[in-house]
Amino acid sequence: MAYRVIHYINQFFGGVGGEEMADHKPEVRVGQAGPAMALHAALKGEAEVVATIVCGDNYCVANQKEVAALVATTVKKYKADALVAGPAFNAGRYGMACGTVCAAIGEACGIPTVTAMFPENPGVELYKAGTYIIPAADSARGMGQAIPAMAALLLKLLRKEALQSPEAEGYIERGVRVNMFYEKPGAERAVDMLLLKLAGKPFTTEYKMPVFDRVTPRPGITNMAGATIALVTSGGIVPKGNPDHIAASSARSYGEYDIAGVNDLTDTTYQTAHGGYDQTFANQDADRVLPVDVLRDLEREKKIGKLHHLFYSTVGNGTAVASAKKWGEEIGQKLKEANVQAVILTST
Amino acid sequence: MPVVHMASIVPISQSVGANRIIPTVAIPYPLGNPTLSPAEEKKLRRGLVEKALKALGADVTEQTVF
Repeated sequence: MAYRVIHYINQFFGGVGGEEMADHKPEVRVGQAGPAMALHAALKGEAEVVATIVCGDNYCVANQKEVAALVATTVKKYKADALVAGPAFNAGRYGMACGTVCAAIGEACGIPTVTAMFPENPGVELYKAGTYIIPAADSARGMGQAIPAMAALLLKLLRKEALQSPEAEGYIERGVRVNMFYEKPGAERAVDMLLLKLAGKPFTTEYKMPVFDRVTPRPGITNMAGATIALVTSGGIVPKGNPDHIAASSARSYGEYDIAGVNDLTDTTYQTAHGGYDQTFANQDADRVLPVDVLRDLEREKKIGKLHHLFYSTVGNGTAVASAKKWGEEIGQKLKEANVQAVILTST
Repeated sequence: MPVVHMASIVPISQSVGANRIIPTVAIPYPLGNPTLSPAEEKKLRRGLVEKALKALGADVTEQTVF
């Protein structure tokens, strides 16, 4: 029996209309409409597109939960085994729509989801971890290449075949690390890689470093004597006893601590929760990592406006970059709302 | 808002994208030195923090180690 697939497309590809119809409410059509016809054909009878959902891009992006719920209901109603969305090419809202629907359905229904978009579509960065995204051209001219690639990956997922690397399978890297076996031990592979590198030949790393984003430097503070300065640290300084149980490595949280009235961090009041360096010195005097004492002096001397009454702390020891990024954004938002003008971030 | 990264390992600070970087003393005590007397140690820390405030007051156009 053929696998059953639902295909999500937007108002344009569903033939409803262009930008003027972007508020079109989601509708379910039995069988295939628009690109679903090409997908259906590319699945060559091993799977069939049983229904097509057509939804306006604005409507989907503005009502993500509602649209995801409707798609989930449709998946159940049609007993679908998989969901496909797009290709969205370089249409930003369509990319968001495909990504959000795929990620939500994958999570809610536990079925494979596949979409396709231009690698620079903002939907890629947001949803690549939650679905499989085939890189597509920036316009519908790339339909002919995208559809067979989507069909091939979808069938592999439906057959529950083990996937090779993203490069080999032709989807955008999801940031998922998997264990695998090699014939040669790691030391030999590392030496092989080094020899290739020394010879200036191409080699493929087995452990890609995360790509860090860059931020445009903010202008300097012009009135330091009036500025509120906040302290943030990845050195794990916490009140004695580590009340929030911040982990010594691979931290899963950060802490927010009130230092109103605290002029000095002492061995009876503060400690480090960090498990990646010798804690002796930070436990003796946590000012060695988080310079509260000096900033209080500078505050008294009116060299700075004031030290913000909250500091933020986590342990930067094997902590996931994605977590750190998320916490950084949260902390930044809180500091902004508290009218903090500048931040001193200390790392061990 | 400007952020200054006071970090013991400058290459890490650079690779994660800090724009204002102050190199510090050592991993277990970036802003201290347990071999110094408490008064000398605080003076050292103050020097580093003052350098950090200068960095926060400076306009930079690219990653800068102060």
